[in-house]
Amino acid sequence: MEKIYLDYSATTPMAKEVVKAMEPYFSEKYGNPSSLHALGKEAKDALEKARSSLAKSLNAKSVEIIFTGCGTESNNLAIKGVAFANRDKGNHIITSNIEHPAVLNPCRWLEKQGFKVTYLDVNKEGLVNPKDVEKAITKDTILVTIMHVNNEIGTIQPLAEIGKICKKKKVYFHTDAVQGFGKLPIDVKKMNIDLLSASAHKILGPKGVGLLYVNHNVKIEPIQHGGGHESGLRSGTENVAGAVGFAKAIEIAKDMKKEMEREKKLRDKLINSLLKIEGSRLNGSRTERLANNVNVSFKGVEGEALLIRLSQERLQVSTGSACSSKSLEPSHVLTAIGLTPVLAHGSLRITLGRYTTEEHINHAINVIPKVINSLRKISPF
Amino acid sequence: MALEYNKKVMQYFLNPKNVGEIKNPDGVGKVGNLTCGDVMWLFVKIEKDKIKDIKFKTLGCAAAIATSSIITELAKGKTIKDALKLSNKDVVKALGSLPVIKHHCSLLAEEALCEAIYDYLRKKKRPIPKFLEKKHQKIKKAGNVCK
Repeated sequence: MEKIYLDYSATTPMAKEVVKAMEPYFSEKYGNPSSLHALGKEAKDALEKARSSLAKSLNAKSVEIIFTGCGTESNNLAIKGVAFANRDKGNHIITSNIEHPAVLNPCRWLEKQGFKVTYLDVNKEGLVNPKDVEKAITKDTILVTIMHVNNEIGTIQPLAEIGKICKKKKVYFHTDAVQGFGKLPIDVKKMNIDLLSASAHKILGPKGVGLLYVNHNVKIEPIQHGGGHESGLRSGTENVAGAVGFAKAIEIAKDMKKEMEREKKLRDKLINSLLKIEGSRLNGSRTERLANNVNVSFKGVEGEALLIRLSQERLQVSTGSACSSKSLEPSHVLTAIGLTPVLAHGSLRITLGRYTTEEHINHAINVIPKVINSLRKISPF
Repeated sequence: MALEYNKKVMQYFLNPKNVGEIKNPDGVGKVGNLTCGDVMWLFVKIEKDKIKDIKFKTLGCAAAIATSSIITELAKGKTIKDALKLSNKDVVKALGSLPVIKHHCSLLAEEALCEAIYDYLRKKKRPIPKFLEKKHQKIKKAGNVCK
């Protein structure tokens, strides 16, 4: 039976055009971009063309784009690279308590190395208050890192406002834009963003390639040393096919405005229907929310059980329940926006994408209440 | 990791046996807590020292529902004495296997059964074996700690 994939924030299928664009770089165009011969030049040209397209999509310069292996690597490079390069200026970093582990854990690791980190609280909708950022900045602050869009609840942070403050206070501003890149327009110059992480596999591109935009004025050190690839910031033979695929993916994303309008209609239809179920609540903001994100909690239901039963009904979705995690801890994001453990355990994340159709959403609307009812019949509450 | 369950666990999760409450039960065992995400209630009807009927209600993950279901099957028809011998290992064995991270669910099932029998003995004002009293105290004490 055909599976219905509604977990686009986890990863996306690759677009056929992306696969096609990448294929030659696995077979006949296999050169190493560092080689001086014709095959090397061919690979180098492809890599630089990809870099240029991705730079343009952010209103950045080509030299400001560093290819990495994934979003996590981009975040590590940005945070650790800036921290170590600017130790002489200060040792304080500001972030939020709803960041992805790929930001939180590098920050925690830096604390062990003697850095100080402020983890800002968010409001009930998951929004960072730019005024809190401003208040937290001290003379020792070297970096502010706030995510663009939250991966669990889809909250869109006020990046431009935070960027403005960072510019005024002369503090570097990094954003983990893995969820928003290719879905919302980003202009790093206008928004005063100094560093930005993105990943290809969230936007129909391949897994195994990410990027870090680094403004040419930023003082940063590599965390991986070697042959000096990627302006010396990320040594290692470049993933040419991956870069080409990433560029193709951002080309497809050019009509994001139209696509997001389409997804938003489907999303709202789904949210409105799920909120009719007794004992349900929407997690996150209704307005400052990415068009593809639905996150709803249901009383009297545990997320992992819900997920597996939905999978039996073809739906591929996600949850913030502890029982589905390796650590048995409920989602730190849902806890941070004030959910009780009970509601965090009963959360369901549904994320839409380019290949989501109205039929898929109708199927979800039809199946979810039935599954919830059947689990509630087993539940004492 | 969610789909690492074997066929038998899945079968018991998708089609659990003995779901529901027993009206006027002889004993009830309530274990787990909402904060941890797993709550198991077991209801028993006892006749001539044998578990004549047993039903459950559980809020929890697939493993918690599967272990609840299978413990009802393992306990049904057994004497109180034999039922009290059922351990979480028997639960895992009956299911074939459980992911290591879900073993606490099998313990929950064992404890729910013990608590139901304890409740029965207490209500009937019958002597409670020392080991059961000890176990009951331990379960009560650990009630608010997530396993």
